[in-house]
Amino acid sequence: MSAAPLSPVEREWRRFTPSERIARATIYILTAIAVVWSIKTIEIIPEFLYDAPAQTLDLFSRMWPFDWAFYPKEIHAALIETLHIATLGTILALILALPLSFLAARNFTRNPILNFLAQFIFVSSRSVNSLIWALLFVAVFGPGALSGVLSIAFRSIGFVGKLFGEALEEAQRGPIEALTATGAPKSMILVKGYWPQVEPAFWSVALLRWDINIRESAVLGLVGAGGIGVALDSALNNLYWDQVGLILAVIFSVVVLTEIVTSTIRRRII
Amino acid sequence: MSAVLSIRNLRKEYRPGQPVLKNISLDVGGEGVTAIIGPSGTGKSTLIRCINRLVDPTAGEILFEGADLAKLSGQKLRMARRRIGMVFQEYNLVERLSVMENVLSGRLGYVPAWQAFLRKFPAQDVTRAFELIEAVGLTEEFANRRADALSGGQRQRVGIARAIMQSPALVLADEPTSSLDPKTSVEIMELLAQLSHARATPIIVNIHNVDLARRYARRIIGMTGGEVVYDGPPEGLEASHLKHIYGGEDFL
Amino acid sequence: MSLADPALPAKPRPPAFPVNWTSRIAWIGLALYTLYATSILELSWARFVTGLDNGAKFLARMFPPNFAADKLELIYTGMLESIQIAVVSTFFGVLLSMPLGLMAARNLSPGWLSWSARALIAVFRSFHPVIVSILFVKAVGFGALAGILALIVSSMGFVSKLFAEVVEEMNAKQVEAVRATGASFWNVLIFAVMPQVMARFVGLAVYQLDSNLRNSTMVGIVGGGGIGAPLFTAYQRFDYDVVLTILLCIIGLIMLAEMASGRIRRIFQ
Repeated sequence: MSAAPLSPVEREWRRFTPSERIARATIYILTAIAVVWSIKTIEIIPEFLYDAPAQTLDLFSRMWPFDWAFYPKEIHAALIETLHIATLGTILALILALPLSFLAARNFTRNPILNFLAQFIFVSSRSVNSLIWALLFVAVFGPGALSGVLSIAFRSIGFVGKLFGEALEEAQRGPIEALTATGAPKSMILVKGYWPQVEPAFWSVALLRWDINIRESAVLGLVGAGGIGVALDSALNNLYWDQVGLILAVIFSVVVLTEIVTSTIRRRII
Repeated sequence: MSAVLSIRNLRKEYRPGQPVLKNISLDVGGEGVTAIIGPSGTGKSTLIRCINRLVDPTAGEILFEGADLAKLSGQKLRMARRRIGMVFQEYNLVERLSVMENVLSGRLGYVPAWQAFLRKFPAQDVTRAFELIEAVGLTEEFANRRADALSGGQRQRVGIARAIMQSPALVLADEPTSSLDPKTSVEIMELLAQLSHARATPIIVNIHNVDLARRYARRIIGMTGGEVVYDGPPEGLEASHLKHIYGGEDFL
Repeated sequence: MSLADPALPAKPRPPAFPVNWTSRIAWIGLALYTLYATSILELSWARFVTGLDNGAKFLARMFPPNFAADKLELIYTGMLESIQIAVVSTFFGVLLSMPLGLMAARNLSPGWLSWSARALIAVFRSFHPVIVSILFVKAVGFGALAGILALIVSSMGFVSKLFAEVVEEMNAKQVEAVRATGASFWNVLIFAVMPQVMARFVGLAVYQLDSNLRNSTMVGIVGGGGIGAPLFTAYQRFDYDVVLTILLCIIGLIMLAEMASGRIRRIFQ
């Protein structure tokens, strides 16, 4: 004898747990408050806003045609200097960041104090823009390429260190365990266990940062740290907009070229 | 037995002059599994995908619930697709969503977008989803697990639950066991056969494991070179037929 | 019966560890370049050492950081403005990046559209926010608005590109399966496209907020509002102790932001 069939019990399903819901809601609300408050407190001078289209047109009409003659004498050398600053700065950053990354990687260095110290250095390095680093270095070492190289290097340490450290932490334990089991010294484990795994990441990060640094190096000259920024600064101060236009066009071309080169190489490596 | 699906003179050419399907005519109806067997490249997958128009046929008719699927488009095609469930070789679950969301996505043809966005499905859909999750052999705890945290066999069960969730008149399964290990393959075929009989819904399965086809299908359709060369019960499938379908004897 | 004829000489084996010439050349090239560039730029050790002496004097003038009340007030307003600039520019930048990224995705857009969108994104990315700020200062005048517009442009350059990549890497099979259930276009978007895309998108938005916070501290140097202006003023007046205070505030802010962004990313995982 079977019991009479029960009416189907309705079962509930919730997509998020209550705590997840609260967390998400809090973030939405905070975001909304932050955006509304920020927009309200910005001062916008209406006259400037109405004037903007006219000003922009005026700007572009002064920039074009570019002062093409300006290029050979001033810009070319400055451009080369910018490239050197970017490249040397990246190389220096890699040299300094590499050992620090190993200190920061929790699977390689088990000392939490060292981990924290290395991470702290990385965060500080990242928090300060290369332009601000340039201000500091120009005050110390005087204007010129040396300050530029150091600014790029000091800013890039944090970027490279963080990404490379993460790559190290994601290295598979298997090969490392195998090498440890053979009794290999730590230096060998590094060279033959970690390095082969993280080498593609290393080159990828290096190329990425170099690409970004080309862009950054171009503006360091605005505060005197060498490169094409110096020419840009003087052109701006003298209101030679056609020179400014030329310099911007040159920067644009170099950046696009560099990006093409780096993305091609990165695709081959990965 | 009236046919749920009638295919007439179906033809598909990916490249002009080289038809993958040549003049297929079939009627499918009643409960039970219909297995299509045949070597790779013979159009089994194309045939199945033509039915719900994931692939567009070059010529022919596909008659289903009073309409020719080959000629439908837009809204009407969508409505027809709601009535046909599909199980995929690689499960094709939305991996970042939970099992429950994946099963409920079988009802996406029926709920408006705002409800889908807020995940406010009708209560009886949710209840049914829970029942289906259990019917395919998973337990209630699976409901909130992310799809990519499941094994292959578990994912396929969810895929089957999604298809049945549509309350379809017909279920298509495109090589549902090809990505699974032998034991799980048997379990999945068992599940498909059992569901087909329990819900009196025809299931058309594309499969290249002949033994599984023989064990679980009520009807076998053998294809080779884009044509149907055998259409009958598994008992009638003999070595000579298999040789015709697959060519050569090495695999027997 | 022997398997090989011992009278025949054994074939010479290939080297066990062949040299990876590309790698080797790359490393040597790098080393040579470093030497070359260092000399071209006249970066000599002597200059560096003299500079260190200067550096010591410089550091001495920075310590202790200046916490005078009027300075602190100036710094407070400046930092607040930087935060506002970052929030607004991230919000609008990310918002505008969604359609731009979708237009640039080659699997969704027709060729001409995706090509134009990508070209626009390339232009946005090529210019440093400082340069863009200079142009906007000319167009809309000094102040936060110029900084915001500049950072919106740079945000779009970054987020749209990565968003387009996320959309292009979408798994088409999951979308096909949902389409096969007869779901409407919007339902397919909600249930098959968005789940794949949203987590990465939130990560991008949060990263961009961090980046904009960093950049907003410097656009003031060229007139774009925020803490950059007081920083530069103090610098030019040799008030290095104030400079240090500002730097400490900036570092503190960025650290807080990084911690918060990690938290937010986990919640939307």
